[in-house]
Amino acid sequence: MPNSKSAYSFSNKKEKFDTHIIVVWVDNEAGVLARVVGLFSGRGYNIESLAVAQVDEKLKISRITIVTTGTPQVVNQIKLQLRKLVPVHKVADFKREDKAVIFKEMALFKIVGPNNKLEGALKACKKYNPVLLDKTKKSNVIQITALRREIDKMSKDLKKFGLVSVSRTGAVAMTRGADIFK
Amino acid sequence: MSKLYSGAEIVFKCMEDQNVDHIFGYPGGAVLPIYDELQNFKSIKHVLVRHEQGAGHAAEGYARSSGKPGVILVTSGPGATNVVTALTDAYMDSIPLVCISGQVPTHLIGTDAFQECDTTGITRPCTKHNWLVKDINDLAETIHKAFEVATTGRPGPVLVDIPKDIQFQKTKYKKPKKENKLNGKSHNHFNQNSIDQLIDLMSKSSKPIFYTGGGVINSGPKASELLRELVYATGFPITSTLQGLGSFPGDDNQFLGMLGMHGTYEANNAMHDCDLMINIGARFDDRITGKIDEFSPKSKKVHIDIDPSSINKNVKVDLAIVGDVKTVLSSTLKSLKQKKSKFLKSNKQKTSKWWEKIQKWRSVRSLDYIGSEETIKPQYAIERLYELTKDKDSYITTEVGQHQMWAAQHYKFNKPNRWMTSGGLGTMGYGLPAAVGVQVAHPKKLVIDIAGEASVLMTIQEMSTAVQYNLPIKIFILNNQYMGMVRQWQELLHDKNYSESYTAALPDFVKLAEAYNCVGIRAKTPEELDDKIIEMLNTDRPVIFDCMVDKVENCFPMIPSGKPHNQMILGPKDQESKKITGKGKSLV
Repeated sequence: MPNSKSAYSFSNKKEKFDTHIIVVWVDNEAGVLARVVGLFSGRGYNIESLAVAQVDEKLKISRITIVTTGTPQVVNQIKLQLRKLVPVHKVADFKREDKAVIFKEMALFKIVGPNNKLEGALKACKKYNPVLLDKTKKSNVIQITALRREIDKMSKDLKKFGLVSVSRTGAVAMTRGADIFK
Repeated sequence: MSKLYSGAEIVFKCMEDQNVDHIFGYPGGAVLPIYDELQNFKSIKHVLVRHEQGAGHAAEGYARSSGKPGVILVTSGPGATNVVTALTDAYMDSIPLVCISGQVPTHLIGTDAFQECDTTGITRPCTKHNWLVKDINDLAETIHKAFEVATTGRPGPVLVDIPKDIQFQKTKYKKPKKENKLNGKSHNHFNQNSIDQLIDLMSKSSKPIFYTGGGVINSGPKASELLRELVYATGFPITSTLQGLGSFPGDDNQFLGMLGMHGTYEANNAMHDCDLMINIGARFDDRITGKIDEFSPKSKKVHIDIDPSSINKNVKVDLAIVGDVKTVLSSTLKSLKQKKSKFLKSNKQKTSKWWEKIQKWRSVRSLDYIGSEETIKPQYAIERLYELTKDKDSYITTEVGQHQMWAAQHYKFNKPNRWMTSGGLGTMGYGLPAAVGVQVAHPKKLVIDIAGEASVLMTIQEMSTAVQYNLPIKIFILNNQYMGMVRQWQELLHDKNYSESYTAALPDFVKLAEAYNCVGIRAKTPEELDDKIIEMLNTDRPVIFDCMVDKVENCFPMIPSGKPHNQMILGPKDQESKKITGKGKSLV
């Protein structure tokens, strides 16, 4: 709506969208993921990727890592709205550029083709800690861990070597150094 | 070994310990074990409604007028889905409700069983939190927690879904734990520094205004007292949102009336021109701010709210104070007395020009309307109702539409918890069941639902509830045969294309009243209005009052779409000069 005269539409100022990684510690109970994801869809926030698993068996705490984009105001709302959910313990927010935080995503690539292509694929992955998980005469399954954009790139680059299937986890994050997020 | 109780008994044991005296509900297959136990708990009275939505709104009316949480009991499937509108309404207006719903037995969940629905899934976005209880040993703890979540922080609705087999199973009862912490979620996050900053801003301001909302009411009667103290101590003008009416006396000289889309000229202009805005328990709703880019452009803004997510959501503020209104106000008053004991005197000079300006806006008399001797003007009807009831400590509920705005403009409230209206969700059909709930909480008081004929038909069946429990509620219908607010917008914004906003074949409301075995009264002329209202007030039974009003009266003043606060339409005379532009039209 260019030059909207409406009192009831959002400002049409073009604000910059930043990518943020939101980490949420929640009670691992029925429906908790639906609450978090429903909050995002219900209020129109983005989810670029999502990774979730229980991290503390005794306390039954799950850690949800969400990659999202939004204006500073929207990202702030995401954090504040998440903190209001009853099963949420704490919420951390990192900018993608943040050097003090490690972001990693894992991907599995299935390559089908002749031997030289399979080797080529493995070689192309060299930078990203490749692990050969399965090998047959005609196929390879390679695991790599890397940044999101690196995996994006590999998913394209491996096509010429016979990439037939990609599976990836979504980013997880952890702060560098001895400190933990409180 | 302590006694074992069934799940159904535990539901009522919990309610006893939570001091519940009334519940609103409707039985059905999946809650029969609970209804079976009802007779064994004499301190809990059940009010049988005629539709589960009615139970929800009645519980809202009960909660808003009493300050206690409203409790609802419904069955699975349609029972639960019917209550969704009321839960959403309570979520938007921050009303504490605890809804207990029955569910099909655990082994049938997920099989598309009879009257099964995903109740916790459906109500997840319209409750603060909800629970499906799958283990009898969790039941008592869950219900106690439900009450705690509903009533602490920013209040709101919660739901506990209990499968039928759980209602039969037995276990030990657990009393509520004292001082449960909600994951450490405390509600006061401000320090003395913020209070000092606030006082500093207040002492520097020459054009201040208080903008107060439902948060003051939700914080309890003490908060309203403190608000009055602060407003008198500072001499600042004050305006209120729809939900905040009553926290400050409506007939006081410092009160500028309601603000927003149908607020007064002086309130909206003061909001626009002020240099300091102190928002207490309001949330910068779109009906309040008007065009957000031009909202109060020159002011420093302070926001006091218990909900951190309300801060900077719609409007960026300069000073945020996260906390309970009562606590914040009491700290502010304490500091004010210590540091600026002569605030009023030193400030009077500074704000005198501001008050002069406000008087000028006031002299426009924006709530005036053109009277008539032939037809009853709806504003006149409310004025007369107010004059004839103002000494009675009456409780007013409303439906949604023109009548609601006229009631907010012309009925003056002097106490909190006397005004129950659906603001956030705007639920037509809210007022009648809400009045039922209010009357249940206050059996001896005068309770009036100021209604429109279209809204009231959405939940008219609850008249039957009122009659059953001898609740002498008064349904005061401003009958113009149109969905008045829809008609008004069509007139102003859609080239008078009155598409589907006229209700042909309305019922005869007097006969309808008789059919429900209550009293019907009709007023047709201004001349007879007072006598008829007095007749209504003297009737100690439920009354449907059919007030036949001007069919085409519009509600003014009005901030048209796409305009900021200082460009209001004042009334019939003013309309020609400020036509709504083509662009504004499509974007309301």
